Amino acid sequence: MSQEVKKEKKFTMTLPADELMACGHLACQGCGATLAMRYMLKALGKQTVLCIPACCWAVIDGPYPYSSMDVPIYHCAFETAASTATGVKAGLEMTGDAETTVVAWAGDGGTFDIGIQALSGAAERNEDIIYVCYDNEAYMNTGIQRSSATPYGAWTTTTPVKHFKNRPKKDIVAIMAAHRIPYIATASISHPEDFFKKMKKAKDIKGTRFFHVYAPCPTGWKSRPDDTIKLARMAVQNGYFPLLEIENGEKTTLNLKLKDRKPVDDYLRLQGRFRHLGPEQIAVIQAEIDARWERLTKGCVA
Amino acid sequence: MKKVMMGNHALSYGAMLSRAQVISAYPITPQTQVVELLSEMCSDGTLNAQFIKVESEHSAMASCIGASVAGARTFTATSSQGLALMHEMLHWAGGGRHPIVMGNVNRSMAPGWSIWADQNDSLSQRDTGWMQFYCASNQEVVDTVIQAFKVAEALMIPAMVILDAFALSHTYEVVDVPDQGLVDKYLPPFKPAIKLTPADPRAFGGLTGAEHYMELRYKLETDMEKAPALIEETGREFGKIFGRDLGLVDPYRCDDADFIFVTSGTAGFTARVAVDELRKSGVKAGNLRIKVFRPFPFERVREVLGKVKKAAVVDRNCSYGAGGIFYQEVKSAIYGRPGMPPLIGYIAGLGGRDITTDSFKEIAADAMAKDRAEEEIVWIGVKK
Ligand SMILES: Cc1ncc(C[n+]2csc(CCOP(=O)(O)OP(=O)(O)O)c2C)c(N)n1
Ligand code: SF4
Ligand SMILES: [Mg+2]
Repeated sequence: MSQEVKKEKKFTMTLPADELMACGHLACQGCGATLAMRYMLKALGKQTVLCIPACCWAVIDGPYPYSSMDVPIYHCAFETAASTATGVKAGLEMTGDAETTVVAWAGDGGTFDIGIQALSGAAERNEDIIYVCYDNEAYMNTGIQRSSATPYGAWTTTTPVKHFKNRPKKDIVAIMAAHRIPYIATASISHPEDFFKKMKKAKDIKGTRFFHVYAPCPTGWKSRPDDTIKLARMAVQNGYFPLLEIENGEKTTLNLKLKDRKPVDDYLRLQGRFRHLGPEQIAVIQAEIDARWERLTKGCVA
Repeated sequence: MKKVMMGNHALSYGAMLSRAQVISAYPITPQTQVVELLSEMCSDGTLNAQFIKVESEHSAMASCIGASVAGARTFTATSSQGLALMHEMLHWAGGGRHPIVMGNVNRSMAPGWSIWADQNDSLSQRDTGWMQFYCASNQEVVDTVIQAFKVAEALMIPAMVILDAFALSHTYEVVDVPDQGLVDKYLPPFKPAIKLTPADPRAFGGLTGAEHYMELRYKLETDMEKAPALIEETGREFGKIFGRDLGLVDPYRCDDADFIFVTSGTAGFTARVAVDELRKSGVKAGNLRIKVFRPFPFERVREVLGKVKKAAVVDRNCSYGAGGIFYQEVKSAIYGRPGMPPLIGYIAGLGGRDITTDSFKEIAADAMAKDRAEEEIVWIGVKK
């Protein structure tokens, strides 16, 4: 194990004890997306407004007239997280509230696919919002269909094992970097302190801030609920999901430099969605990770 | 103050006088001047509003919804393809009870590409939970925008103010621009009872099971049913302040008429000229211009129709397979009521083809030759 990873283990829990998310929500056991929300709210605090489109999170917070959240939520249409949040920010400002942080909180489908036009528009205009994509690599809410965030090789109900997904995951971070927005970060539920720190930092930046958060989904990945955090950590440590920041779309800072990255095999083996893959396909996945890692260590954005 | 302006600028003036706080819009012919003037007004400080220059109409309506639920008075404008692109969000604004006011310039739907007037764009949106006001003059456009905000905010139901492409949008008319101080009295600031704020954290529009959904829709319908009376009341109030009453319908020489046209939009004013000419030739004609289509002014329509012998409903639209949309609605308004006249449906003016006084005379001649209502829809001026 590398020096850096050992060092990381010495972190002490520094997150505030306050919870803005109550129990009684409707997520599956071991849901990564739920932890992601919890950590984000710890960083942003009560003066936050959420815009949530169709996705698992449209259900997780609870049915009408209940909510498991201590912050207000606007449930918006699937492709409108960024455009609704834009309007909310403008509306709040015009009615005398310039302080509240407005967050668009969407899944990978709502971000990489159907919502990318609104997101691109908001980013190009540099709207003063935080956009968080929690990525579980498929449309989970509708029963595990492929999205453009689904990785090469994965099974979903629309990419059955005989025709597993044969195209790589879309590089949303590079797309967002091309918009030259002030702040982009990736984060993982396995590294809450890192996530917390970046979210705190983002809170004080003006303009469009984009988070890509890795959020394993045991239901859709066919993994064990108690492996959720482990899987997230493995993805960080093998370079599959690097923790990074990009400011003004220019230079990538890797937050966790990995000297001896682990092979991707163990990570894949814990998930039923990759069970059908043979060594050849696993080699394709490994090569892709290696190539991207190489580019990132040189400071490239993609 | 009197000003000569195009219909599109009348929409902009209406939004400005109403002190819209957030405007989010996307350009489309023949609506562009609405957006251009408003962005000028926002940039030179004439209007203290944020103008969000979105990348599509879908995003325009989504951000209007966001701004509205945050408590801001919100305006947008579109036309045709843009309105159709908004469709999902129109339901969202209606069902979510966000009192946005939107100008829509009636333009035909493609294909083939057409930028000219007909009503299929707005009438396709009739079931989205929006009020729909059809205007016939630029004066009415300015006045109606102001009134629409008042009614929309009282009922928490969004409203569309609709004008014909070119016949109004690009036609210059004298408009008596209402005094800002008086408008402020008529239309106080928007103060919704609940809004999206951390001070009162609520979840809006979450998963709603069968045990609640129907009640929310029942409330929307019953609130919509309050709209006709409220539109008349606020229309009279408007009349007291500004000297121009705003009603649900605009009857012209209907009181002693044997035969009337039922019209909407600018065709309604052309019909008046035809009525005058028909009267000169001995036909006791009249015209009932329907101004508000949603909520449908059932009572007012019945009152007028109950006094005449025959009516021709002239539609600048078509619901393919069922004919003119106003025709169907007027028929349903008088269904099963005694003393109602036969109705005959006409379709005219699609894709911007002119509806002239001669068109109306042709309609009158055809209608008067028939002694009862017929299922057949009569197309005026069509090359068969
Ligand atoms: C316009 C529209 N198309 C399709 C849907 C159906 N739908 C709801 S959620 C969803 C998938 C969401 O996937 P993602 O954004 O990845 O979130 P997740 O469910 O995985 O949390 C789909 C396809 C919808 N609500 N609206
Ligand atoms: S399906 Fe996946 S993302 Fe959705 S609630 Fe369950 S675990 Fe969470
Ligand atoms: Mg997903």
